[in-house]
Amino acid sequence: MKYAYYPGCSLKASGKAFEESLLAVCSALEIELAELDDWNCCGATAYMAVDETKGAALASRNLALAEQTGLDMAVPCAGCYGVLLKAQAMQRKYPRLADQVSVGLKAGGLTYGGRVRVKHPLEILAMDFGTKAFRSRVKVPLKGLRVACYYGCRLVRPESPFDDSHDPVTMDNLLKSVGARIVDYTLKSKCCGGSLTGTIPEVGQNLCYQLLKEAQRREADVVATACPLCQFNLECYQKDIARKYTDLKPIPVVYFTQLLGASLGLDPVALGFPRLIVPIEPILRERGIMAKAGTEPAKAGV
Amino acid sequence: MEHEVHTNGKEEVRIGFYICHCGSNIGGTIDVAAVADYVRTLPGVVVSKDYKYMCSNAGQDMIVEDIEINRLNRIVVAACSPLLHEKTFRSATHKGGINPFFFHMVNIREHGSWVHEDKALATEKAKAVARGAVGRVRFHKALEKRKEPVTQSVLIVGGGIAGIQAAQTLSNAGKKVYLVEREPTIGGHMALFDKTFPTLDCAACILTPKMTDIGSDPNITLWSYAEVVDVKGYVGNFTAQIRHKPRYIKEDLCVGCLDCIDNCVFKQGNTDDEFNQSLSKRKPVYIPFPQAVPKLVVIDPEACTHLNGGKCEQSCATACERDAIDFNQKESFDDIEVGTVIVTTGFKTFDAARKPLYGYGRYDNVYTALEVERLVTSSGPTGGEVVLRDGRRPKTVAIVHCVGSRDHQTNRWCSRVCCMYSLKLAHLIKEHTGAEVFNFYIDMRCAGKGYEEFYERLLEEGNRFVRGRVAEVTDVPVSAEEEGKLVVKVEDSLAGFVRRIPVDMVVLSTGLEPRQDASNVRRMFNISCSSEGFFLERHPKLAPISTTTDGVFIAGCCQGPKDIPDTVAQAGFAAGEAMALLDKGFVEMEPMTSFVNEELCSGCKTCIGLCPFSAITRDDAKEVAVINPVLCKGCGVCVAACPSGAITQNLFEDCEIFAEIEEVLAHA
Amino acid sequence: MGSIQREIRLESDRDPGFADEIRSMPGCEHLDRCIQCATCSGVCPLSVYMDHTPRRIMELTRDGFKDDVLRSNTIWLCASCYECQAECPMEVGVTDVMVALKNKAIASGVAPKDVPTPVLAREFFRMVRETGRVSEGKLVQRLYLKTGPAKFFGMIGLGRDLMRTGRFSLRSERMKRPEDLQRVLDGTPGVGK
Ligand SMILES: Cc1cc2nc3c(=O)[nH]c(=O)nc-3n(C[C@H](O)[C@H](O)[C@H](O)COP(=O)(O)OP(=O)(O)OC[C@H]3O[C@@H](n4cnc5c(N)ncnc54)[C@H](O)[C@@H]3O)c2cc1C
Ligand code: SF4
Ligand code: SF4
Repeated sequence: MKYAYYPGCSLKASGKAFEESLLAVCSALEIELAELDDWNCCGATAYMAVDETKGAALASRNLALAEQTGLDMAVPCAGCYGVLLKAQAMQRKYPRLADQVSVGLKAGGLTYGGRVRVKHPLEILAMDFGTKAFRSRVKVPLKGLRVACYYGCRLVRPESPFDDSHDPVTMDNLLKSVGARIVDYTLKSKCCGGSLTGTIPEVGQNLCYQLLKEAQRREADVVATACPLCQFNLECYQKDIARKYTDLKPIPVVYFTQLLGASLGLDPVALGFPRLIVPIEPILRERGIMAKAGTEPAKAGV
Repeated sequence: MEHEVHTNGKEEVRIGFYICHCGSNIGGTIDVAAVADYVRTLPGVVVSKDYKYMCSNAGQDMIVEDIEINRLNRIVVAACSPLLHEKTFRSATHKGGINPFFFHMVNIREHGSWVHEDKALATEKAKAVARGAVGRVRFHKALEKRKEPVTQSVLIVGGGIAGIQAAQTLSNAGKKVYLVEREPTIGGHMALFDKTFPTLDCAACILTPKMTDIGSDPNITLWSYAEVVDVKGYVGNFTAQIRHKPRYIKEDLCVGCLDCIDNCVFKQGNTDDEFNQSLSKRKPVYIPFPQAVPKLVVIDPEACTHLNGGKCEQSCATACERDAIDFNQKESFDDIEVGTVIVTTGFKTFDAARKPLYGYGRYDNVYTALEVERLVTSSGPTGGEVVLRDGRRPKTVAIVHCVGSRDHQTNRWCSRVCCMYSLKLAHLIKEHTGAEVFNFYIDMRCAGKGYEEFYERLLEEGNRFVRGRVAEVTDVPVSAEEEGKLVVKVEDSLAGFVRRIPVDMVVLSTGLEPRQDASNVRRMFNISCSSEGFFLERHPKLAPISTTTDGVFIAGCCQGPKDIPDTVAQAGFAAGEAMALLDKGFVEMEPMTSFVNEELCSGCKTCIGLCPFSAITRDDAKEVAVINPVLCKGCGVCVAACPSGAITQNLFEDCEIFAEIEEVLAHA
Repeated sequence: MGSIQREIRLESDRDPGFADEIRSMPGCEHLDRCIQCATCSGVCPLSVYMDHTPRRIMELTRDGFKDDVLRSNTIWLCASCYECQAECPMEVGVTDVMVALKNKAIASGVAPKDVPTPVLAREFFRMVRETGRVSEGKLVQRLYLKTGPAKFFGMIGLGRDLMRTGRFSLRSERMKRPEDLQRVLDGTPGVGK
């Protein structure tokens, strides 16, 4: 199995642990991720806010690059994933916009024929590789680990090619199959505030608080995410949030790939555990998933 | 071809041509006098006239007189659509003394003046189509309408209030009725209700006497726990096969004493009680509800230990003094002949789990409206107490309108009764519990006699009305007042802000949709469905209970969502139409049917599968196709498909069609 | 009591052309189908802070109340989470309309200079053109410089955590050949430069 890999900007910065754990898991499963040459930013919602047409062209340049490889595209950042799907949908639906985009691409010596299948690693692992096949590779079942699966918005909305956009279950099923206990978490696709959590903290952080509070109420040990922005908002602002909302206790927020990697018995450093601000090791040890003695938390590389 | 010998070659053709102004409808765009002048020059045309209103008595009389005076034997009228006045002019032709099928009509209004602006071109087009008609009419043959007698009985499918009402009306007129109901009892949805809006009269008090009457009516053969499995034939002469599911009870012996139920080895119910919307359990031997008609017990083979192959002392059978229990009963069949059919199979409610944000199935205290109908009924699972699953009485209740209605993601239509039944339930819940009841609505639709007044009454009773479609129901609290409650999140659109309202109970007003098996029923009776799946009426205003198949009528919610008053009105209407057909005694069949030339037919069967009306069979002895003229609707599919050119259709014979085409295309 | 203003709207307050422009943008073609059911407002996670709820924005937009719409804080609070669009029973592209309104507000210069969201959008837009990628660290730096340097200090703790875990750097992330992208962007017709 081989995919054209589009990491997006976040996975090279604050979301490094997502890239690390994804690559580690994929290489363990012999799934090849070939990074696109000289890809550009997808544009995110911010770019679309300024100019939708140019935003579509921006995103489509990456689609055009992927199309040249003839491979399906693996897009881990849910933000990028949503934008790329939207760029595709817009071109399918609005020929005028598609024309404008192709004029732009042509100026850059590119064409896009609309044939790329954009896939999130959740879909790749659960459907292409297969939950069953995955289960057979598990070395360290996540027995008893209580996980709140948090999908966020853009992975499943406005439409999802692989899951129910009102009540997604792919991550639940995947993590359940490696032994985790999935808590009933109805906020699973509610918004984390996106970039608002940084720009207008009083607004966005309240949303994050609700999400974390509910995970805590459901006695989750950890929140699993599939998007670097969700992970950032829920984890990195936790201290700030807890200062305002004092009933909130620290809870690790990880990438689902980090948990899957742990179940495959991969090296914690390779899975980016040291990059977590709220460490996950204590709970993994408590649940007997990670060995107790002699495991100094490793130092993060920069 | 032989036609020339039969028609054209045989007699002198004397054509009368008439063109109508239709006020300015046609005359304003088409130069009708010029068309008349032109047609007068065509071969065979003896008379050519224009007139203000051809459909008027004077116009018709003109045709009658001209036939007599000028010995006309073919008539052409250029006017409006044949749908409107073909019948009128055919009878005028007939009145003049010649066969009505020596007439042809051309549409120069809907296909002419109404759709063209250029007067000269419109006039030229009118000339061309008139020429075509003149060209073809000379080949017309004399045809006769066939008459078939009507079997004097009616099949009604579905014993809800629609089926009950239709059956009673027909029986009152002395007609023989077969009423087939799938469930063990008749009554349909109405039997589930305690009260009915807007008058709040007791549903049982108005429904059960009707049900009992049906059960004892000598004109009505009631077959419950039965289904129609096959229908053949045509208007006036249908045959139907009915399958009786085994009840494991000898129906003629059972008197409904219910001793068997009391003596069942299960002292408590062991399976979901469908009638109570699964809010309670019933035993394997059961009666749906005490007033069921027919009052016969049923044994559920899924739940019965013995029928499941297990070991059971069969105490029910021992208890029955009349030896009515028969574990060896098998399904059985009846074949019946009827003149007409009324389909009254009703609706089903929307599956609330399809809107996951409303939490049905996730939260115990989210109910559907039908469940609450059972809770407020004194004979229901809680004896008429409105209590939650944990036995608590709700203090605040939210009624959520439009669940699965007015929603492109599920059903687009308005289900018409939910606003009203929500009001009814609000009233009843408040009456039973004193709770504060909120109604969340998009628009209050209270159109009906006494309906708006009922809304006003509810307002005055102190019920809360919030205009906004509920966004979600959640158990995730954001404040102390929400702990342990269900929270309804909604924009109060009249106030202009979002509200979170903690409640104890949520009632989902689910919409009405077609039954799951509606498409099978549709196919069996050869009727159509509209895009949403309800049965399609022939005309939304003027033929609301007729279908595309003659002799098959529809009534009640199988045609579309409606309340009981409208259902009953439709059912009476359908009964009236059925009665008109029966009392007329015969049906007249249009003669534009197709027939097979046996000499040419190779017996290849191509036509048989293509006929949308199943009118073609194969005579295996002669090895040729045979078309039943009574079933044939004259669609012409077989004519075009026959590889041997063996099928001819009356009024659309090759000579007629080719003459028409040639003349239309010939330059003036 | 604050200043009292005229709240009634006159026909001269409307700009029907504005409504037409929005309708013609991608995803906005079903604007007129809105039945004002309020589902969008109810599901929106941010509507609690908005001066006009999304439902009202739909109404104001289709009737051409341009000033009310573009001045509202709603479009800048919208997180583009697509909750409203996914739940709208009439399949109105509510989020797509919000995006279209953001485009219009920025292009017409009505977007507030001090509210961070449009500032972020503009900075983002510029950075992508320059380097082809977004350097989170640099973006944050620019944002705080424009909207309130004081806030920057509130973030020191977070910054330290990110540094410690190797997730923050002020180094510029860039494409090898940003000009490849610039050609595409400049070649695409659009509202901005
Ligand atoms: C919660 C709720 C409350 C309501 N309250 C009121 C009210 O207060 N007042 C009011 O006026 N209206 C009310 N209504 C509307 C009312 O229920 C309908 O108008 C009425 O039931 C329609 O009757 P029907 O005979 O057409 O259909 P149904 O009641 O659905 O009856 C159809 C019958 O056909 C049978 N059947 C179906 N398919 C077959 C088949 N293939 N073969 C044989 N039999 C078949 C079914 O078993 C059923 O018995 C309410 C509706 C709901 C959902
Ligand atoms: S949810 Fe859709 S129909 Fe309802 S108010 Fe919002 S945009 Fe209008
Ligand atoms: S997309 Fe914007 S308006 Fe819609 S629900 Fe999300 S934040 Fe609210």
